[in-house]
Amino acid sequence: MHDFDYFAPTQLSKAVALLAEYGERAKPFAGGTDLIDQVRLRKLLPDVIVDLKKIEELNTFEITSEELRLGAAVSCDRISRRAEVRCRFSALDDSCRLIGSIQIQNRASVGGNVCNSSPAGDTNPALICLGATCHLVGPAGTRTVPIVSFFNGPGKNVLSPQELLFEFRIPTPPDHSGSAYQRFIPRNEMDIAVVGVGASVRLDESGARFVSGRIALGAVAPTPLAVEDATELMMDSPVNDDTISKIVEVTKETATPIDDLRGTKEFRKQITAVLAKRVLRQAIERAKSNETKSNR
Amino acid sequence: MTRKRIIEFHLNGSPQEVLCEPRQTLLEILRDILQYTGTKEGCNNGNCGACTVLFNGKPVVSCLVFGVEANGAEIETIEGVAEKDGLAPLQRAFLEEAALQCGICTPGFIMSAKALLKENPSPTEDEIRFYLAGNLCRCTGYDKIVRAVQETAKSVTRS
Repeated sequence: MHDFDYFAPTQLSKAVALLAEYGERAKPFAGGTDLIDQVRLRKLLPDVIVDLKKIEELNTFEITSEELRLGAAVSCDRISRRAEVRCRFSALDDSCRLIGSIQIQNRASVGGNVCNSSPAGDTNPALICLGATCHLVGPAGTRTVPIVSFFNGPGKNVLSPQELLFEFRIPTPPDHSGSAYQRFIPRNEMDIAVVGVGASVRLDESGARFVSGRIALGAVAPTPLAVEDATELMMDSPVNDDTISKIVEVTKETATPIDDLRGTKEFRKQITAVLAKRVLRQAIERAKSNETKSNR
Repeated sequence: MTRKRIIEFHLNGSPQEVLCEPRQTLLEILRDILQYTGTKEGCNNGNCGACTVLFNGKPVVSCLVFGVEANGAEIETIEGVAEKDGLAPLQRAFLEEAALQCGICTPGFIMSAKALLKENPSPTEDEIRFYLAGNLCRCTGYDKIVRAVQETAKSVTRS
């Protein structure tokens, strides 16, 4: 394998200093499930690898009534073991349970999945539909970027070579809210999404009306997408087949997929519609069962 | 090179001290430096699970771990599975159920299955298949492997 030096700082400031010093010659490293393979294939040839896993800020994992604070290096396995994530941030939990194998989930982090910026990354639609923000740090200090604005293209994002993503913040959804993420793959497990769809909804107390909601898509455009028209349609509208059909229709229209070895344009469009309906129904069901729980 | 460094970790309970380069994977350290060749190299890109070891009790693919990351860790490989007086129940079940043919995937399957049974002593067939989805076998068709894990779960629950 390509030769490099390795640092595992315990202070965030030290990691920032290393990235400032080495710039593009350095690569931040968390679970390594993408990075090690890319170095082995010589797609990346870093002189320095900065392991972030020993830094406290990258391991934050706190849930309050206001928000989930998730350190960028927290593994998918740790996330899917928290019952509050399962219950309140279900789409994120769904995506963390789908990434790779158990072996991969024990290593891979959401921060790494986002920074790898694959259009098909499973956590991206989940984070978008849950309204996550990315917290970045660099030599000039910290800045915040909404997840939907983080991606620039396949493998590309807003991070400068001297910056790193250290934390996500996701607002804790109020009662009567639910979310879900599903993807289509030709195998049962262990594959890359042909299409991935995330949905979050907030219902009124009766469960008969949407208060608000979001739909997000993966693998159907150069970057993960938010379906703006769906957000519009879910503003104070009845929960019925008519609204759902309209949401599915605009979701399908938002998808601009390409033909590749995983599927054709037409197939991806069709699957987008099928998954949109399924995740929406699942998010609604979860919103109703969350309502039951909070009434107990 | 000055980049070489000494790492210390526990391998199957015994302390190890290894001089390695940052670019060497845990798989290379186990096989090439320590001669623990029970852990197999399959795809070398994280897909096949042949190189699965337990890292602080959790199954990981050792081809996607740098050796330097193992500093201070507890690593368990297939060489640490057998008991003093012979094979562990899981290993015996693999033999009895004929859950292997060529054998390359077997150490990885045993490590994953061991972690599964520790976490979930009575898994359903679906749970077994889901948990072992990261271990590929091109010989058995999986049914015999699933049966071996089911039999181990039964025998351990009985005893």
